[in-house]
Amino acid sequence: MPSPAVTRSEYDMSVVRGFAISALVWGVVGMTVGLLAALQLAAPAFNLPPYLSFGRIRPLHTNAVIFGFTLGTVFASSYYGVQRLCRVRMFSDTLSRINLWGWNAVIVAAAVSLLLGKSTSKEYAELEWPIDIAITVVWVVYAINFFGTIARRREKGMYVAIWFWIATILSIALLHIFNSLERPVSWMKSYSIYAGLYDANIQWWYGHNAVGFLLTTPILGMMYYFLPKQAGRPIFSHRLSIVHFWSLIFLYMWAGPHHLIYSPLPDWTQTLATGFSVMLILPSWGGMLNGLLTLRGAWDKLRTDPILKLFAVGITFYGMSTFEGPMMAVKTVNSLSHFTNWTIGHVHSGALGWVALTCFGALYYMIPRLWHTQLYSERLAELHFWIATLGLVTYVTSMWVSGITQGLMWRAVNPDGSLAYTFIESVAAIHIYDWIRAAGGVLFLSGALLMFYNVVMTIRQGSAGVPEGLPAGAVPVAGGR
Amino acid sequence: MAWNWHRPLEAKGVTFTVLTLLTILVGGLVELVPPYFLQGTIDPIDGVKPYTALELEGRDLYIREGCNNCHSQMIRPFKAETDRYGPFTMPGEGIYDRPFLYGSRRTGPDLSRVGGKYPDSWHWIHFRNPREIEPRSIMPPYAFMMESPLDLSLTKKKLEVLHDLGHDYDEAQIQNAAEDARAQAERVAASLRKDGKALSDAEAHSETIALIAYIQRLGTDIRWREAAAGAGGGLGR
Repeated sequence: MPSPAVTRSEYDMSVVRGFAISALVWGVVGMTVGLLAALQLAAPAFNLPPYLSFGRIRPLHTNAVIFGFTLGTVFASSYYGVQRLCRVRMFSDTLSRINLWGWNAVIVAAAVSLLLGKSTSKEYAELEWPIDIAITVVWVVYAINFFGTIARRREKGMYVAIWFWIATILSIALLHIFNSLERPVSWMKSYSIYAGLYDANIQWWYGHNAVGFLLTTPILGMMYYFLPKQAGRPIFSHRLSIVHFWSLIFLYMWAGPHHLIYSPLPDWTQTLATGFSVMLILPSWGGMLNGLLTLRGAWDKLRTDPILKLFAVGITFYGMSTFEGPMMAVKTVNSLSHFTNWTIGHVHSGALGWVALTCFGALYYMIPRLWHTQLYSERLAELHFWIATLGLVTYVTSMWVSGITQGLMWRAVNPDGSLAYTFIESVAAIHIYDWIRAAGGVLFLSGALLMFYNVVMTIRQGSAGVPEGLPAGAVPVAGGR
Repeated sequence: MAWNWHRPLEAKGVTFTVLTLLTILVGGLVELVPPYFLQGTIDPIDGVKPYTALELEGRDLYIREGCNNCHSQMIRPFKAETDRYGPFTMPGEGIYDRPFLYGSRRTGPDLSRVGGKYPDSWHWIHFRNPREIEPRSIMPPYAFMMESPLDLSLTKKKLEVLHDLGHDYDEAQIQNAAEDARAQAERVAASLRKDGKALSDAEAHSETIALIAYIQRLGTDIRWREAAAGAGGGLGR
């Protein structure tokens, strides 16, 4: 049945523009704070207590890059994609506005409260209860808006990107609510309703699946939407999409206790988590292969197209970190890697390599279209790609060496069985890698700043409205059919 | 060859969403529900008691400063770990830890059994500037806490809330929370003065005092240091 034609001007792109800008701003803020944290580890003089000491800076870094930058890009890309894929305007412009301003208010509240030391201490869930409630409200608003749009869609089938966004919305609601249950003491202090070991179990169910459903599924949604657009090729295999979607979302939720290997958590939960972590390689690589093979016949475009370069390297890092993660979930490896910088390197190979590069690519794709113009400078985007890649490789390799050094020193014994090294010797031994990591951070942040400049110049030469003299359906760039 | 069986599902928004929800629920239910009920089967450990009012305030300061970002409180059952830090972490410990503070990264050493390892005066100097004790340390200085007065205005409320959550505080402990905290702070200050620290009145009532009380409590519910010393010295078991 032919649906009535929808012109692009009927889509609400202002919410997308808002999230694209806020994501980029929080990205620069979060990466700058990350660099400060790296410098503090290399030289304690960079600590400026009370507000700018490592213990308060580190959660600010993670919250800004995960919830400000990444989730901002997730909001932008899903609002951009779902309207086109459903060929209908968002369910409610008011809800879109509440989502945009509410979410950015949450991030501001997060930044201020974390610097003031208002923290629950649970990783990636540090925010105190009033902000937790605000997050829940904003998330429900997003869910209503998103599902409302799907319900009114003018396209019969839902494209695979939408599946991944649906899984994201449901999972994050579940994870956030159950992990954040706490009893308030005052308006900025609460105690978890769970204690000790069980609190740990809930927290790492949340923590691991925040990686799964905030740093993986919505990013796969971006890959499925923007990669075929940019490459001009259809997705390699619909069957592979089906198999890896269902298996990925099923398997992820079992793997949380791999963060608690050798803890007092019952052995069977740890072993189950290890088993499911290893199984996760298959759906993860299913996604990677579906992405990379979509580039079949378009590989030549990689020579000239910085957006495709970002996607291709991002997907490659997805494949590498989803192989590394399951290996680190194996008890033997975990006994060496746990508590060391190897974990930090692993997280950043996923977060910088897969998440950030894919987000950069999606933003570079959307921003010229959102302002009806061309990207200000392809060459700067190209430079950004190379600097970012060099920076993240520097970061990840330094943390591998650093982490394995620590792990080996902690377990080393003399011939008589006594410990070979004091703890501080392991701190001193990795000092040089802390500096190399900071250098990697300088590179990665420099790339983001180049992007920021490029985007500002792009917006200045463009216009948010449809240029005069053109029919709404004939804006000068391919917005997406 | 096309896979057509899935196509009708892709056209049904509600069914697709419900199936997605069911799929993500399974793993969480298996990993979270049985351990919840298994908590009741964990053997209680005799010495494990709730934190005193002052220790609780110290713990909340530890959380405020994000100490858990660099210090773990979970010792794994390896010889290299128990030799370095003491007996491995047991399930019955931590029942009064809300939230848990296992940590995920050892930028500094594990602290779960650091209580009693050093005198109070060592911690006083170390919090002021860790490099006075260990020049290679990269820990931030916390001298500002020595000038910050310890806030006890919420202490009673904190004990009430924790009592509601099942911690063994009796009525007297709750009513006298602030006084108890002050009395314990006096004892910490006295031990610092005994070690030659000339504390000002402000310093004797500072946040650092509560932090020291908490740190010195860590891992002491199990009297492993005494046991190790009695067995002829050496760390661990």
